[in-house]
Amino acid sequence: MQAFLEARKLTVAIGGKLICRELDMMIRPGECWGVLGQNGVGKTTLLRTLAGLHTPQAGMVSWNGVALAAHARRNLAQHLGVLLQNEGGEFWGSVQEYVLLGRFPHRTSLFGYNVQDETLAQQALAQMELEGLTQRPYNTLSGGERQRAAIAQALAQQAQCYLLDEPLQHLDLRHQAQTMQVFSRLKEQGCALMMVLHDTLWAQRCCDHVLLQFADGHVLHGPAQKLLTCAHLEALYQYPLRELSVEGERWFVAGV
Amino acid sequence: MSPRVLFPLLLCTVPLSLGFGLMNGSLPLAPIEVWYALLGNNEDTATEVLWQLRLPRVLAAFVCGGLLALSGVLLQALLRNPLADPYILGISGGAAVGALAAMLLGAGLATTQLSSFTGAFLAIVAVFGLGFRHGERNIYRLLLTGVVLSAGCGALISLLLTLAQGEQVKGMLFWLMGDLSHSQGLPFAWFVLLAVGLCATVLSGGLDVLAGGLDKAAALGVAVGRWQAGLYFAAAALTVTALQLGGSIGFVGLMIPHAIRLLGVGAHRWLIPSSTLLGGSFLVLADTLARMLWSPLQLPVGIFTALLGVPVLLWLLSRRS
Repeated sequence: MQAFLEARKLTVAIGGKLICRELDMMIRPGECWGVLGQNGVGKTTLLRTLAGLHTPQAGMVSWNGVALAAHARRNLAQHLGVLLQNEGGEFWGSVQEYVLLGRFPHRTSLFGYNVQDETLAQQALAQMELEGLTQRPYNTLSGGERQRAAIAQALAQQAQCYLLDEPLQHLDLRHQAQTMQVFSRLKEQGCALMMVLHDTLWAQRCCDHVLLQFADGHVLHGPAQKLLTCAHLEALYQYPLRELSVEGERWFVAGV
Repeated sequence: MSPRVLFPLLLCTVPLSLGFGLMNGSLPLAPIEVWYALLGNNEDTATEVLWQLRLPRVLAAFVCGGLLALSGVLLQALLRNPLADPYILGISGGAAVGALAAMLLGAGLATTQLSSFTGAFLAIVAVFGLGFRHGERNIYRLLLTGVVLSAGCGALISLLLTLAQGEQVKGMLFWLMGDLSHSQGLPFAWFVLLAVGLCATVLSGGLDVLAGGLDKAAALGVAVGRWQAGLYFAAAALTVTALQLGGSIGFVGLMIPHAIRLLGVGAHRWLIPSSTLLGGSFLVLADTLARMLWSPLQLPVGIFTALLGVPVLLWLLSRRS
């Protein structure tokens, strides 16, 4: 099957720090990737590079077999959705208007959004349980609500492939579970996803592939079942872990 | 307040403020007198005053207010900073140095205008050349370059004020505080306002995306570098035009967009036309008060934009919390 997103001999560095060297990987339709690693190891930078927002030192990233740089940014945005950790912006409109921004790359008229865009935004708001907040000013939302609005915006974008930087940050347990269910449904529909996670449990439950980023710039990736072991994770987090088995599910908890 | 309610209200303020401006001044006119004078059938003092003095003056105030408010909206979107105003990037500093230097040398109005335009133009080019890196998803360099240049211009302005004597100082202060009594180039200013305002309204969707963060904007398909450059030059054109009309009138560009936002309108599609209308009406009101309160003495309009705007904005701010 043709890969959606492919990295070939990708070397990424930022501020003199090596993030990865000669990384080869491809994300195919219907795959869900988890990215794990310590704080500051460069998970966000890797994701931004794959999204075309950071220029790699060497190698290339391609979408549908064509280099990212050769795609018009707008065309790419119709297929590739990105959820960022810190948006670093101000938005003064309502929650609904914020989610509608996800339809920006699909806009057919220069002025405003059409009925279909509004319907899709409404559906995305419902998926993230934000129906009651649609008319609220975006900047009055709590951290968790903002995160859900950002995910709703990405959902409204209706991309084929999503790069998600810590999609579960600020979410309570119920919303974590519901969000992961939404992502699983996307995967079943043939969407490809890659998400930065800190919870190994969600990585085991939802990801079929994982990418482990070690502090020295070494990267390991492959099937989740194979890589999510106590030994690998202890090496990854440089901390002793305990492996528990609860109803047939492996849990990794930090030792004390 | 919904934009569908606010916008018609703002439209109503336009004839009201213009009417107020036409009625008041050294020679107060009743509404009916204004009406007959506007129809222009008879040749009396009222008709003369209205057509020769007052109408150009209120139109200049309106367009100047609109230019400043629109420029503020664009710069706040570009710099993603609520403190951004049309003067933050040093454009007015450059213009002021140019204008004051010409005044110090005893130049006439036309030369002063040209000199202030040259100063503003140099500031625009310098800030862009030094502060803008294409492809850099960070606008602080541009912002800081502008702020630093402003500070430098501030020092030069102080120097020029110190060197000036007697009557010159007063003219300079009027320029610095904003004064609409020597407005020229009105048709051009209207053209700039309408052209930039229309373009910005049409492209407002992109502005919403851009204001929401640069990486996000790029991920949503916005060509960030080109948009930033476009926004910068659009805002610069608006600011220079406003400076040529009335000197550096403060407060309007910073506060009018915030007032509209505090009234509950945040999306640029509505924010742009609403701010332009409110900025225009507000400056007409302020300028009329500047003409009437100590008439026949005319005060700098910049005093009244702040005196009127500050309490209203403080009220809006406190109401919100």
